[in-house]
Amino acid sequence: MSLCLRAVTVGPAGGQPLFAPLTMEIAPGAVATVMGPSGVGKSTLLDAIGGHLAHGFAVAGQVTLSGRDVLAFPAEDRRIGVLFQDAMLFPHLSVGDNLAFGLSRGVKGHARRVAVEEALGQAGLSGYAARDPATLSGGQRARAALMRSLLAAPLALLLDEPFSRLDADLRAEIRSFVFDHVLARNIPALMVTHDESDAEATGGAVVRL
Amino acid sequence: MRGVIFAALGLSLGAGPALADWPQTLAAAKGQTVYFNAWGGDARTNAYIAWVGDQTEARYGVRVVQVKLTDTADAVTRVISEKAAGKDAGGSVDMIWINGANFLSMKDKGLLHGPFVSAMPNASYVDLSAGAPASVDFTVPVEGYESPWRLAKFVFTYDSARVPEPPRSMAAFLDWARAHPGRMTHPAVSNFMGATFLKQALIEFAPDRAALRQPVTEAAFDAATVPLWTWYDALRPNLWREGKTYPENQSVQQQMLNDGEVDFGVSFDPASAAGAITEGLLPDTARAYVPDGGSIGNVSFVAIPYNAAHAAGAEVVANFMLDPEAQAHQQDIDVLGSFSVLDPAKLDADQKALFADLPTSPALPTLEDLGPTLAEPHASWMTKLTETWARRYTR
Amino acid sequence: MSVIPARGSVGHAIPDGRALRGAVLVLVAAGLVLPILAGLAQTARAAFGVLPSIGARDWSLDPWRALLDLPGFATSLRLTLVTGVGATVLALALAMGFCAFAHGRMSQSLGARMLTPLLAAPHAALAIGLAFLLAPSGWIARMISPWATGWAVPPDLATVHDGWGMALILGLLVKEVPFLLLVILSALGQLPVRAHLAAARALGYGRGVAWVKVILPQVYPLIRLPVFIVMAFALSVVDMAIILGPSNPPVLSVAVVRWFAAPDVGMVLPASAGAVVQGAVIVAAILLWIVGERAVRMLGRIWLSRGGRGLRSEPGLKLVSAVAVAVMTLGMLALAALAVWSVAWRWSWPEALPESWSWRVWIAPGTGWGRAAGATLTAGLASTGVSLMLAVAWLEGEDRARMGRAGWAQALIYLPLLVPQIGFLYGLNVLFLRLGISGGMAAVIWAQVLFVFPYVMIALSEPWRALDPRAIRTAAALGASPWRRLWAVKLPILLRPLCTAAAIGFAVSVAQYLPTLFMGGGRVATLTTEAVTLSSGSDRRVIGVYAVLQAALPLVGYGAAVLLPALVWRHRRGLSGAVR
Repeated sequence: MSLCLRAVTVGPAGGQPLFAPLTMEIAPGAVATVMGPSGVGKSTLLDAIGGHLAHGFAVAGQVTLSGRDVLAFPAEDRRIGVLFQDAMLFPHLSVGDNLAFGLSRGVKGHARRVAVEEALGQAGLSGYAARDPATLSGGQRARAALMRSLLAAPLALLLDEPFSRLDADLRAEIRSFVFDHVLARNIPALMVTHDESDAEATGGAVVRL
Repeated sequence: MRGVIFAALGLSLGAGPALADWPQTLAAAKGQTVYFNAWGGDARTNAYIAWVGDQTEARYGVRVVQVKLTDTADAVTRVISEKAAGKDAGGSVDMIWINGANFLSMKDKGLLHGPFVSAMPNASYVDLSAGAPASVDFTVPVEGYESPWRLAKFVFTYDSARVPEPPRSMAAFLDWARAHPGRMTHPAVSNFMGATFLKQALIEFAPDRAALRQPVTEAAFDAATVPLWTWYDALRPNLWREGKTYPENQSVQQQMLNDGEVDFGVSFDPASAAGAITEGLLPDTARAYVPDGGSIGNVSFVAIPYNAAHAAGAEVVANFMLDPEAQAHQQDIDVLGSFSVLDPAKLDADQKALFADLPTSPALPTLEDLGPTLAEPHASWMTKLTETWARRYTR
Repeated sequence: MSVIPARGSVGHAIPDGRALRGAVLVLVAAGLVLPILAGLAQTARAAFGVLPSIGARDWSLDPWRALLDLPGFATSLRLTLVTGVGATVLALALAMGFCAFAHGRMSQSLGARMLTPLLAAPHAALAIGLAFLLAPSGWIARMISPWATGWAVPPDLATVHDGWGMALILGLLVKEVPFLLLVILSALGQLPVRAHLAAARALGYGRGVAWVKVILPQVYPLIRLPVFIVMAFALSVVDMAIILGPSNPPVLSVAVVRWFAAPDVGMVLPASAGAVVQGAVIVAAILLWIVGERAVRMLGRIWLSRGGRGLRSEPGLKLVSAVAVAVMTLGMLALAALAVWSVAWRWSWPEALPESWSWRVWIAPGTGWGRAAGATLTAGLASTGVSLMLAVAWLEGEDRARMGRAGWAQALIYLPLLVPQIGFLYGLNVLFLRLGISGGMAAVIWAQVLFVFPYVMIALSEPWRALDPRAIRTAAALGASPWRRLWAVKLPILLRPLCTAAAIGFAVSVAQYLPTLFMGGGRVATLTTEAVTLSSGSDRRVIGVYAVLQAALPLVGYGAAVLLPALVWRHRRGLSGAVR
């Protein structure tokens, strides 16, 4: 169930890699952190793992998730969730529909509503299913975004500076909310951040690019 | 000559002669929709064509759709491009309101269906003897390739409240224009009516009118047009906008007459002033008149392109347009006010009564007021005249 | 949690955008570009004497000699250049000047909304209204006569159809200034205007000067293509030039159309040569413009580096803005004049308003506007629908291939807007005739798509690219396939720009004159073809009805484009427009 990177580099196709080959293994339930100055390619690394590389960029090396080589699959088939600094709730869907968006089609009818309500409850958003996401506070949005990712039953989670927009109090709260859920789900997570306190809070490995 | 043209067309017109049998034509026409390509700038004419369509649909099951043209030549061009594309049957133009140069051009190129006129029952009401107005179009023999539908006679319109005594000849117009600079004009010469204005003057001033009936030659043209150009050179600086620009056609000029921008309009329809008053397009004091020496007259025709998809339907429509009932309806000033092309001598008493019962109007000249009809010059004169005019006055 | 087998196969790893992109490219090339090229080729052949259909089979330069020999050719050419380039320079200057003056002084959304009627109204409708407004016996003269002017009869002044083409330039300005304003406004959205202005003003530059010296040089590159489109249009416009331009001789485009329609079919050859000249004029004007750009850039740099702070009162900008406002006011008055005429019965000189009123034309079936409105709607909805689908397919293809647009692809899309219509429509018509699809609604829709598609692309490209890619990545990470990402995420979020693009496309379709005329063979009578036809007639009341309808339909489209997203997303603050 762990996420393994073996000699992974990213860069312009046929050009210089952005950083030295990176090898790491993230155990289920653990959060590893990648730090480094702006422009070093942290987010590009996450794009490569998630399957979102822009045209003209290439990834070398191997990324396996539970032993499966994910680089061969398109993003939607990798089962790797992503959280950004903006919650990226879809503005046209209600909070509940946002959460249901990632839910497998196999979950139908009543079970679907129950799953969404349950997730909302865990995020402290009970009764918010019909709300317009634009009316949520920053912390509520972040929690809703995490629950949406988790409802898709990801095998790993990528965190792209997910807490950088939040003020200090909220930051600690949301951070532990996310990390607790990662642990509870027992999935590996890889976080990119500028913030030392984020890295310390993970209690996991820290790689500096 | 006729035989030669017919033989030349015969190859591409296998179906032509078969339509000669009228009941067969009626049968073939039933259910057809005829695309009638006609200048669309006159609402009354458009309404009349719509009426014709209603009638033919009710009587013969033939629908008429008017394709409103800005210029008749558009339809000619269309037939030519169809021929260019090898579309020798099923063409999109079924019938054209056509005259003069466009007719000559299509007839010469073998682009017309026919001869079809003599096969139509209602042709018996028309005087089709050689040289009769309905059998020549701009001196070109019609030879059954187009069917007449209305009489046209060149008239001037004016507002009697503004101009109590209009000039009675083209020569007198010069004096009037000198006294009232900028108050008269004529349609652009590229337009049929503008050319007719020039032709009216050409005929009035021509030293030898007989020469105008023959195809034009350089020598004849130069001889005939010397007085015309002298007159026009003197007139032009006194025209509206010093003759540097002209209204696009007679409708635009009629609007200028209504707006008070100029004091004269021109028309090929003696009833146009009466009609325009009814329509609210001219003041009640508008009148129409003809210069003392008479004016150019001709007949409006419809023709059928060689590749028309609905030739039978078009024949039925052309035939209906010659029906005494249709002709009387057309002559009604509340409808169109165009004089009939039928020969009164060929009508019975009931049919004559249809015409006698029509309403009248102070703006409608009587037949006597209209004076003698001057014959159109040979079509080649008009081409040469407009070309030369363009060369002289387009800078 | 157990390992769930992968749903996809390895083959999915290759972006499937290639296939979609290829398909769209083939469609655009075969459906839009090839017909234009084929039409151009036909025209070019005819220009050199080859048009077998009229018996011309030998290559020769005779058509060119005939063209040069046609009366008024040189004047037509000069008029075209003066009106086309003049209108473009003035429209750009007015739009830029107005933006510099008004930016930050008035609400952008309010400004954009006020422009809508002028943007929506087709050229022909505006031209008809302006012609009546400006004529010596027109509305303006009627309002001030005879009490102020002493004119008992209208003066013999050349205010419309003037020999210099001033009325035509004015007409083009009424249409193009709002268009450029809109383009500039949307370009400003991509620039850090506020910060740059603040920086410049902190350095002692007045608001307007700062705009001209700091913002304008950044905006211009973004609106260069629309400027070229405006110029190509102004150089080749037909309907507006018929209604407002000089007539003896007219501008080249009108002259060419007339030659194509001359009774003497031999004229098709020199007419084709004229059409080729029309194309060359556009190429030459664009090259000239590029040279001009260089010169302005050089001079501008010197001017900028001298550090002048300009006059605080900004007299130049105020003047330019006043002229721009006057131009747009004339446009609004022109539309109002049409509306008044449509319900007038008798309205003679010098009354400022009609003496008698009537709804007769509106309710008279004989005017036939119902059929024309129906045909306009059909052609407009169909061509807009097709164009919108093509545009979405194209943009989605770019997304899936994860690449931007190559220069050549950009050129391909905008080709129809840069090539003069008269240059290829005649040839295209011959081609359509061969295919057996001329003279019908299908041909008209096809021909309209040529011009609707580029505008839809212009309207949709920026908002599409501005969509946050992280939203799409999030959807992918949640397991949404490319199709679901398109249907369930992109299209709903982009509903507003999609509606705007559709409204613009519909307005473009409604305004099409030559393509409808040529491809419909006159059988497809739309409000625009009817209005132009009727504008050569005497009944302003009927023209008024057609022109009002012609202007109203696109306006309804724009209204729907504003209302529909607001209604659908009324409970979604992020999309309802309330936030932006």
